[in-house]
Amino acid sequence: MTEAAVCPVPHENRVHPLGAPAGFEEAVSNGPVKMIWPNGVQAWVISSYAGVRQVLSDKRFSSMREGGPEMRTEGEPILGLKQPGNMNSMDGEEHLRLRRPLSRAFMVKKMNEMRPRIQQIVDDHLDAMERQGAPADLVSALCLPVPSLVIAELLGVSPEHQELFQSTAREMFGKNGSKEVYDAKAAELGEVLAKVADEKRASGTTDDMIGLMVNETDFDSEELMRLAIGLLAAGHETTSNFFGLFALTLFERPDQLEILQRDPSRADVMVEELLRYTIGRLGGAGLSRRAVEDVEVDGVTIKAGEWVTVTLRANLEEALCPNAGELDLERKAVAHLGFGFGPHQCLGANLARTELQILLRSLFTRFPNVRPAIPVTEMEFREDSITYGAAAIPVVW
Amino acid sequence: MPKSATVRIDQTRCIGSGQCVLAAPDVFDQSDDDGLGVVLVPEPPADLLPGVRDAVDRCPAGVVSLEE
Ligand code: HEM
Ligand code: SF4
Repeated sequence: MTEAAVCPVPHENRVHPLGAPAGFEEAVSNGPVKMIWPNGVQAWVISSYAGVRQVLSDKRFSSMREGGPEMRTEGEPILGLKQPGNMNSMDGEEHLRLRRPLSRAFMVKKMNEMRPRIQQIVDDHLDAMERQGAPADLVSALCLPVPSLVIAELLGVSPEHQELFQSTAREMFGKNGSKEVYDAKAAELGEVLAKVADEKRASGTTDDMIGLMVNETDFDSEELMRLAIGLLAAGHETTSNFFGLFALTLFERPDQLEILQRDPSRADVMVEELLRYTIGRLGGAGLSRRAVEDVEVDGVTIKAGEWVTVTLRANLEEALCPNAGELDLERKAVAHLGFGFGPHQCLGANLARTELQILLRSLFTRFPNVRPAIPVTEMEFREDSITYGAAAIPVVW
Repeated sequence: MPKSATVRIDQTRCIGSGQCVLAAPDVFDQSDDDGLGVVLVPEPPADLLPGVRDAVDRCPAGVVSLEE
């Protein structure tokens, strides 16, 4: 049987740093297509709002992604391996067993209790920015340290190891990093965390996530270690990159920034719109699954055993809301797919939301005239990571 | 008499995401024991129904149901 020619998935060369990889939108505009990933694996790309929700929530698609499409061209994969503690690559009961005990730590009311503490951390960093004076790098002054301190506190780890958390996270999400380097970092961090786990065992605390895992779950030490490292890493890179992308988006849209500054009390709803829009606009092929039986999606049959990926560009579909291609901070919150959908929807979503709301409101009220020191198109962006974002954001005020 | 509407959560597949709480805080909560979604008002009055419908749409596990 001959297959129709399969194009490589566009995954770099963004025409605009806040837009999709060149050629991506055109490639997915006519419904499901098969593309070939940098590691040689073929996968369907689903881009409609309904199709993405279906793929991410239908049990006939498995999250066991070993051997699946990867952005890496060389070296062994780091993520997506079937390993103890890797909840993102598990299905059904096995997945719920790891995820459920942790969801309690991210409950909406727990996050609301954290608000004053997160506000204090944000204010401390804004104070420091003010003391040091313009120009500042928004990434190292605010975007990165805030989520980093918050996730360390939630886990119950001392912030003195911040540099190690950050470098491990970078290696974990790097597209071209070596598995050996990551393993060495993870082992170093694992030693720190093993000591912390011993302390929690001795004190019996369940007030933080490591305490909760040690004293209230049946997780073994390897699961515990991988979960803790995964949470530290996920807690860093994502929120940090996205807050930077939010700021850049608003710098380009003074009309929208004005809406925020007029009514900062609506920051919660505005964060949803910024997530919807920035994630949709970045496009690109993302989350992958594998069909365990033949399934029809958007008019094509995905055959058992085939790989399928979804693009969160679906956030810009009219099926979700009118004028979906436009950023509109006056819009009410809609069911966007920025955190995914289905049983693997982001575990940290409520934490990320809370952090982003406080960061957004605080930065732009405290520094109403904050603006980029160089054009956005001249800034350096991290294409080498699966968590895309600006490497530095020089600002003045 | 207006017919009543019934809200349910099938906890067996709930992932404790709290989306229902964000969508309709007067109708849903999360259990302190396990973080799973719980229904506070099983037969919500009409003014709360838009929030409940939003919760049905947003629940990532598809376990919130509304019978009208
Ligand atoms: C703006 C910030 C964030 C975005 C856009 C984001 C996005 C996502 C997405 C799309 C998924 C779904 C993956 C899939 O379907 O396979 C996911 C999963 C996950 N996220 Fe996030 N995330 C963010 C912040 C965080 C934070 C702060 C944490 C932890 C503290 C976190 C922890 C996780 C974990 C553990 C999973 C795996 C859940 C599972 O497989 O059941 N994320 N995230
Ligand atoms: S939205 Fe659904 S999965 Fe999340 S807590 Fe409510 S019922 Fe459970």
